[in-house]
Amino acid sequence: MATCTASSIADALRSAAQVITEHRDELVRLDREIGDGDHGENMKRGFTAMVSKLDSTELATPGAVLKLAASTLISTVGGAAGPLYGTAFLRAAAAVGDAAELDAALVAKALQAALEGVVARGKAVVGDKTMVDALTPAVAAAESVAEAGGDVASVLSAAAEAADQGAESTVPLVARKGRASYLGERSAGHLDPGARSTALLLRTFAGSAR
Amino acid sequence: MKKIINDPATVVADALRGMAAAHPDLLDVQYDPAVVVRADAPVPRKVAVISGGGSGHEPLHGGFVGRGMLDAACPGAVFTSPTPDQVQAAITRTDGGAGALLIVKNYTGDVLNFETAAELAAMEGVEVRSVVIDDDVAVKDSLYTAGRRGVGGTVLLEKIVGAAAERGVDLDGCEALARRVIGQVRSMGLALSACTVPHAGEPSFTLADDEMELGIGIHGEPGRQRVPVGPASELVPALLDPILEDLPFTEGDRVLLFTNGMGGTPLIELYLAHGIAEELLAARGIVVERRLVGPYITSLEMQGMSLTVLKLDDELIDLWDAPVHTPALRWGV
Repeated sequence: MATCTASSIADALRSAAQVITEHRDELVRLDREIGDGDHGENMKRGFTAMVSKLDSTELATPGAVLKLAASTLISTVGGAAGPLYGTAFLRAAAAVGDAAELDAALVAKALQAALEGVVARGKAVVGDKTMVDALTPAVAAAESVAEAGGDVASVLSAAAEAADQGAESTVPLVARKGRASYLGERSAGHLDPGARSTALLLRTFAGSAR
Repeated sequence: MKKIINDPATVVADALRGMAAAHPDLLDVQYDPAVVVRADAPVPRKVAVISGGGSGHEPLHGGFVGRGMLDAACPGAVFTSPTPDQVQAAITRTDGGAGALLIVKNYTGDVLNFETAAELAAMEGVEVRSVVIDDDVAVKDSLYTAGRRGVGGTVLLEKIVGAAAERGVDLDGCEALARRVIGQVRSMGLALSACTVPHAGEPSFTLADDEMELGIGIHGEPGRQRVPVGPASELVPALLDPILEDLPFTEGDRVLLFTNGMGGTPLIELYLAHGIAEELLAARGIVVERRLVGPYITSLEMQGMSLTVLKLDDELIDLWDAPVHTPALRWGV
């Protein structure tokens, strides 16, 4: 895919809602191990609400779709994931402005802005065992593919690949942010649920762009 | 999972409907977004004291809405912090022109959502301040964690600051008082069994018959350490000693001792534990001036307890004794 439009982003978000629903139990289980077991349920609630808003709203630009996603996640997810994912989508929306279509460079820029938003809100860095561990390498991979002249699909697929590896890298880590941090050493040996959901979302977006 | 519910997805709204029915004289409940408001809000020229957090900790926070305590509570999904629009609705609904003080427990989700709400409210022109309570001594190495959690001290904080606001103390005064209480209160908890979050369907963790989790929070998350269960004479000091060493509390201190049940522990056991804690404090020359015993900040049906100790002075005692009229705490009225 050379560029993406408002309707292709809306379709990607609909697919994301389906994937999150399919993985709800897995995210609940991962979160129960080191947190309180609500991540899958919260994400499912937010993405389901998002789809019903997308279905009832006509939006002209990618930025408008991303903004709708942001406000729905902020007002329906709760927990830490609501403000973090909400801020990510909000910053991505701001980064793309009122462009009618996103090319590879704009997609990479949106991902970079999303990461900056997550870091600004949650104040986590790589190695804290959070979604930042998945998103940071994803953004780096997206940027290098975009700079090398890759298209939207290859940018997103590089991001998804890196996010998967980044999520896996959280397994041995001791959490320093979020609820898992209260477990100290006991948080090691578990995949971070936020990193996992980030990897799932990027994988879905990559699949939609192909 | 055996629970008196219809559908895990509607537990909170269904419970709020029952709560509204049970306390029509005290509470006004809104559903979209969900906010529990004192029936006579907004009170003109009074600082609005607002708190909230995940549901499943009843009576916290909705049970503490009413005269002399909270103006509004924002109930999130079970064990999930409320969303910013809920907090913003609470602020709008209770703003009496003197600003709002948000009492936030130090959990990442709560802090992020209340922070976002405060930004939104500021844009609407309401003066909003937030305080974050972090009284849980079980969390070590706070440089490497999200900091200490906010637990049992929240109940005492809400009562004392609520009394001050009711007396007409301004926003600066309420905020300063809240920070002072946060500096003087410490807590720690233990669990003998896990709880089951309705949407999860299975217990948050499993414990053998002879094990307990020491240093738990209030969300069914595992504690810092899994250790063998001993008699009450060992359990109570396991909670009390780290609290007393932390502040530290010393001989001659005057304190409020709060013995809290996590939801599944009967009062007979809480009173038994409370008696031991009183003896231990007396042995150290610490004077228990006020007490609270019962399930006030719970984790669904979890078996377990927490202890909270607040250092008192005449002003705090006076505010603690001030009239309160809420579903869960009521005296002097």
